[in-house]
Amino acid sequence: MNGPMNGFLLSILIWLPILGAVGVLMVGESRPALARGLALLLSSATFLLGLPLFSSFDTSTAAMQFVEFRPWIEAFNIHYKLGVDGFSAPLILLTMFFGVLVVIAGWRSITKNVSQYMAAFLVLEGLMIGVFAALDGLLFYIFFEAMLIPMFLVIGIWGGPQRVYATIKFFLYTFMGSVFMLIGIIYLYIQSGSWDILAWHQMPLALGVQKWLFLGFLSAFAVKIPMFPVHTWLPDAHVEAPTGGSVILAAIMLKIGGYGFIRFSLPITPDASAALDWLVIGLSLIAVVYIGLVALVQKDMKKLIAYSSISHMGFVTLGLFVAFSIFRNTGGVAGAALGVEGAMVQMVSHGFISGALFLTVGVLYDRVHSRMIKDYGGVANTMPWFAVLAVFFLMANSGLPGTSGFVGEFMVILSAFQANFWFAFLAALTLILGAAYSLWLAKRVIFGAVTNREVQNLQDINAREALVLGSLAVAILVVGLWPQPLVEMMHASVDQLLQHIVQSKVL
Amino acid sequence: MNSAQMLLAAPEFWVLVMTCVIMIVDLFLSKQRQGIIHMLAMLTLVFAAIITLRGDYLVDGVLSVTAFAESFIRDPMGDVLKVFSFVLLGLIYTYAKYYLRCFKMFRADYYTLSLFALLGIMLLISANSMLMIYLGLELISLSIYALVAFDRNSSRGSESAMKYFVLGSMASGMLLYGMSMIYGATGSLNLVDIARALDSVGSNDVLLVFGLVFVVVGIAFKFGAVPFHMWIPDVYEGAPAAVTLLISSIPKLAAFAMAYRFLNSGLGDLHIHWQGMLASMAVLSIIVGNLAAIMQSNIKRMLAYSTISHMGFVFLGLIPNSAFGFGASMYYVIVYGIMSVAAFGMIILLSSRGEEAENLEDFKGLNQRNPYYAAIMGLVMFSMAGVPPMVGFFAKLMVLKAVIDAGMMWLAVTAVVFAVIGAFYYLRVIKYMYFDDPEIEIDMTAPVDFGAALTMNGLMIIGLGIFSSSLITICMASFGI
Repeated sequence: MNGPMNGFLLSILIWLPILGAVGVLMVGESRPALARGLALLLSSATFLLGLPLFSSFDTSTAAMQFVEFRPWIEAFNIHYKLGVDGFSAPLILLTMFFGVLVVIAGWRSITKNVSQYMAAFLVLEGLMIGVFAALDGLLFYIFFEAMLIPMFLVIGIWGGPQRVYATIKFFLYTFMGSVFMLIGIIYLYIQSGSWDILAWHQMPLALGVQKWLFLGFLSAFAVKIPMFPVHTWLPDAHVEAPTGGSVILAAIMLKIGGYGFIRFSLPITPDASAALDWLVIGLSLIAVVYIGLVALVQKDMKKLIAYSSISHMGFVTLGLFVAFSIFRNTGGVAGAALGVEGAMVQMVSHGFISGALFLTVGVLYDRVHSRMIKDYGGVANTMPWFAVLAVFFLMANSGLPGTSGFVGEFMVILSAFQANFWFAFLAALTLILGAAYSLWLAKRVIFGAVTNREVQNLQDINAREALVLGSLAVAILVVGLWPQPLVEMMHASVDQLLQHIVQSKVL
Repeated sequence: MNSAQMLLAAPEFWVLVMTCVIMIVDLFLSKQRQGIIHMLAMLTLVFAAIITLRGDYLVDGVLSVTAFAESFIRDPMGDVLKVFSFVLLGLIYTYAKYYLRCFKMFRADYYTLSLFALLGIMLLISANSMLMIYLGLELISLSIYALVAFDRNSSRGSESAMKYFVLGSMASGMLLYGMSMIYGATGSLNLVDIARALDSVGSNDVLLVFGLVFVVVGIAFKFGAVPFHMWIPDVYEGAPAAVTLLISSIPKLAAFAMAYRFLNSGLGDLHIHWQGMLASMAVLSIIVGNLAAIMQSNIKRMLAYSTISHMGFVFLGLIPNSAFGFGASMYYVIVYGIMSVAAFGMIILLSSRGEEAENLEDFKGLNQRNPYYAAIMGLVMFSMAGVPPMVGFFAKLMVLKAVIDAGMMWLAVTAVVFAVIGAFYYLRVIKYMYFDDPEIEIDMTAPVDFGAALTMNGLMIIGLGIFSSSLITICMASFGI
């Protein structure tokens, strides 16, 4: 907690990629190799500089660490306030990790406007770190919204044939959701005279007001995470986005929705969350079961993974909101911690797994230029190394014990048992559904006899691809076998959150 | 009339004198040396800004000083608006010079007419009596009527000038009619005296409320708020881009000042009556402006409807009749001016092949033709859509806060929902620029000063967003916050 740079470490992590992106843009399109190299340098530097976030993180406290506090718009008490706790630190680490991976993943497959592509991802990385680090309500909102701009361009410029439809849908959906949150936070500011999120946590509010605020937050985060029935932008965006875009979308952007629930909905409006938990739990279970079934019938690999993402994110919202039922049943929060921690582990784990799966599809797409399942079959025969990794990722996606996918889901299901047997029962269906769509996908794409000449001519993964996929496989195994450091990191924050949300703050 | 009073109006006198000088100088200039006119006009603006900023008329505790039998007022709000008028007009001249040269229309009339319009804008900003308001308003309108028809050979220009003239005269007539009723009810032309008289007359005097209705119509016409918006799309489309640039920006600053002086300084006691009128016009403007803009394929018409919706947002800030609300509106109108000038500057840049770039398709593939200018246009569009961290977001934030402060949550919700719908047509411009391939290869080399002005304009849009404190503080300080 006392390195020389810790006072402005978070600012460096946010602004180094963003300002670096301007440099990458200035390289221009005539020297793509230089643009790639510079982008790799910047994202790696960000990752390395960000490691103290993990090494000097104090796990014994739930207080904010690495805090920065500067006036920004003093007339309205808006501050540039940054800080991390057990919820945001792991997600920032995840962001920085993927910041490096997407640059490497787009090394060869992107040939059009390379410097703009790299710059867009660097800006995106900085903004996403900003979202997780912001402790000022308006600052959070600004990062949250500004993120749409680079993503909109990434899908629109480098996407597939239906990219314009997909990217405008993505933009308008998210924009529509978040403006209601904007009204909510302006209201909170008017009532409290402050934009400080932590001050809002302590602020008493009438139940009626809390409910409106909760719905405002829900509209923003439910679209982002995304929850049924506002999930329809996601399959389109995923399918049309270039591989790097899908990876960031699935691995990080969806987590921002879950993080928003933890940072805004639960602590600012705990009584409304308790009163409306049935809504979130109901929608989560629909997502887990119904969307799981939808995933089963997809013909497009990316679409299948997209639906699988929605279904897995249902676990996150479920884990966060079962706490209230547990508290009503038992009067204590003992089992609830498991749910919240499970949700967090699930977010990190899903980040790795979904990112890995989209990269796997990207590897195939770069070679065959098709995402359709029917165009493949017997890939294992021509790409054995690739097949090992792909099958491993699909196993992890279906929640195989030993992988990170198992840990989060298992914790959430255990916690759901204490709330209501049927919650747990429905949630556990995912173990069957997830296995079904993941393994069936493996069977149709990877195994069997070679079906066509395209597959016959496939080259196995090269060193660059092996590095990207291999590092993800290691990450998935580490979190799966030894989740302790991750859980420890968030433990104090989870406890504090639960203590906070079970206390009514109705006026 | 003593010299101290004359000194208060020094910026106005300077602009007036210089306009006459330019008219005379023009008589003695040969065709080749007309560039001097441009230099003189820019010089006028620079010194007008210096004179305005150096006016040390405020002694502590005093917020405003009046002159000429209280019909002229000098206050910080007026100064800020005037300085921004000069800055924006400077940008407009830089863009317009290039346009006028390209289209072989470079004549001194453009500069003299627009400087007269500027004089009208300055008078309107500083007007403290109904007479001065009318004078300023007519000076702006008459200059702009002539400017719209600036291209003598364009029948579309003449047609829209005629349309503007007829509708504008109607609006002026209504305003005069309303003023006469207010004069009848209060016995004064001076806004301060009117406010004083209202205390004794009361706010439910039928004559007064009638007068108010007509005054509000006059104000709404100047802003172009629905249902008094019909002239905007036609005039924007018909006028040469160099003139549309002017119409769409600085007159709105003056319109804001007029609305503030009239509705707050003069008729503040009638707030209960004008609040509802403005609220309904604000909602209608935001709805109609955003929905109609979606259907346009002509970018000038699209920006016209976008103006209408932006003016709805400016109205939102006026509704609460609070110092904060007026500060927010003022901020919005200045920000709007900056964005609008940049957008039309881009249109002028693309018009360089002797034909105006009127269609959205003209923006196709701009990113591949010139990524730098595409990025600037991108900033402008995201800013107009209200996406942070661009300055347009902060403008929307401030007016929304003003409205929510006043307890009118439904207005805020309507406004944001339609702002999202409106985002669609701004995104469409981005789509043409970034996602489509260019159809034509054209040379996009602009003169150095043009490029520099556009760069500065783009930097203002993102810079005033990230470092938004400065401009917000200035605007709020004008209203004592």
